[in-house]
Amino acid sequence: MTTLTDTAPHAPAPRGGIAGSIADSLVVTKRNLIRMTRIPEMVVFGLVQPVMFVILFSFVFGGSLNIGGSTDPKAYREFLMAGIFAQTVTFATAGAGAGIADDMSKGLVDRFRSLPMARGAVLTGRTLADLVQTTLTVVVLAVVGLLVGWRIHEGIPKALGAFALLLLLGYAFSWIGALIGLSVRTPEAATSGGLIWLFPVTFVSNAFVDPEQMASWIRPIAEWNPFSATVQACRELFGNPGVVQSDAWPMQHPVWASLLWSLVIIAVFRTLAVRKYRSASA
Amino acid sequence: MPGAIHAEGLVKTFGDVTALDGVDLDVPEGTVLGLLGPNGAGKTTTVRVLTTLLRPDRGTATVAGIDVLAHPNEVRRSIGLSGQFAAVDEYLTGRENLQMVGQLYQMDSRAAKRRAGELLDRFHLADAADRPAKTYSGGMRRRLDLAAALVVSPPVMFMDEPTTGLDPRNRQALWEVIKELVSGGTTLLLTTQYLEEADHLAHDIAVVDHGKVIARGTSDQLKARTGGERVEVVVHERAAVAPAREVLARYGPGDRGLDDVSVEDHTRKLTVPVTGGAKLLAEVIRDLDAVGIEIDDIGLRRPTLDDVFISLTGHAAAREREEDGEERPPARGRKHRKEPAA
Repeated sequence: MTTLTDTAPHAPAPRGGIAGSIADSLVVTKRNLIRMTRIPEMVVFGLVQPVMFVILFSFVFGGSLNIGGSTDPKAYREFLMAGIFAQTVTFATAGAGAGIADDMSKGLVDRFRSLPMARGAVLTGRTLADLVQTTLTVVVLAVVGLLVGWRIHEGIPKALGAFALLLLLGYAFSWIGALIGLSVRTPEAATSGGLIWLFPVTFVSNAFVDPEQMASWIRPIAEWNPFSATVQACRELFGNPGVVQSDAWPMQHPVWASLLWSLVIIAVFRTLAVRKYRSASA
Repeated sequence: MPGAIHAEGLVKTFGDVTALDGVDLDVPEGTVLGLLGPNGAGKTTTVRVLTTLLRPDRGTATVAGIDVLAHPNEVRRSIGLSGQFAAVDEYLTGRENLQMVGQLYQMDSRAAKRRAGELLDRFHLADAADRPAKTYSGGMRRRLDLAAALVVSPPVMFMDEPTTGLDPRNRQALWEVIKELVSGGTTLLLTTQYLEEADHLAHDIAVVDHGKVIARGTSDQLKARTGGERVEVVVHERAAVAPAREVLARYGPGDRGLDDVSVEDHTRKLTVPVTGGAKLLAEVIRDLDAVGIEIDDIGLRRPTLDDVFISLTGHAAAREREEDGEERPPARGRKHRKEPAA
């Protein structure tokens, strides 16, 4: 009976507090990152989709859409990239949702919930791992963008600011995904449930067309869409064409609007998701 | 003084399904309680409440002297849980799984690594330690799951159907580990639908059906409640059944005459409750021989826990084995993985 109990350490004193919460979250983040390396096809598919979108939009719609009075395909590609970047980061929602739902259905959440760990750590660890994947995707996408003619015109610091806003938006949306993952029965449902509402969110926005061209009742929705604020901010910070001229506050102050929206989404959905996790019963 | 696990009046309903209907339990320190019952009886729900995974609608519980409802996180520091569905991350290696659990018990990474190595050796997983758990056989997964529950030395362990789906060899191996664990002083609550398992491992047995404990005691006490021994005779020819019945009726309790002897015509088997033990067998054989009845088989049969279960609930333990689900909150499905026999 030596190894089973005699040498077993008793659980050390709890770390507690924020330090404990961060430490637990990082352990779970590491676990999720290891998983990603074991399922590389998931990461690859995550990369293929946005790259495909860039190519399709650039070469299929490219010449037919009017951007700031120009139908130059090159202008459209410069316009397009902010939209594709934003759409790509929000797709992290599906990954987070599927990951959490998978953990629920496999009984891993039971294991975690029976351990004396910080309550939010399983979800935080998941969203942080998704953030790493999103960062990787954004880097690849930026390279593809540069290849098709997208350029940064306002200098590196502003561009880095734009990327930071994009990653923050992606992180915020992965908390929505976490809540979806905790609310559905299967990873499959979490994937489709995580994606389906993203289409109206990303299309009723300034991502691919100027809201000017939309029906008048839908226009304010597009202008106040959190997603639009980030796209507008990116176009300003990258110096790309197609910045929406509108009196709507988020379009006037897109950087602040983007930042605020993301923080509000994190605050609301993190609270809801952690509460749901505590009472979760798989 | 209440035991290491103590529960009073636990009630839990899911919609209109009553999973727990007033469960009372007491497990003295260092003993094993077998929670025995069919699927849907409330075994898993009881374990989920006691391991802080589920809040009961009513009732109180303490584990290791700590109030489960008031201080769930302190309870989590004192328990190990090994589930019905091997809760390990299948994309992580065995070693990574155990290290992760260690770190989530707040061990530093060196201590977690050392402990993982010890457990892998102890559970004969050292060769497979650096392979993803999805490549493990069913038996290996169970061992890894059990190892994960033993990363720290919890004074109280919960095992929810630890051997369901395992082949006999792996079941035996897991039993040995469990016995070793208990001999080290750990208090254990074990759920099972295998009567043999409860008989083999548990000091005390609580029989659960429809969310209630309907009987409790040691295996011998429960068997005694079902009545004593029986003599079972298989006669060689069908024609001999009637005369044999007359002979055997003399050994029965006597109050119902021939009806004391139950008969299974197609197998030519006759059974009669007796008192008097093995000595009686010789007399029965002599009497049957005297009237010229040839027998194929005769034996003194003691009640099994299956008999206990049938006499307590009016149905066999296996009855609901196929219907599953009451035991889980119906609001959420869970993948029921059928483990391949290792």
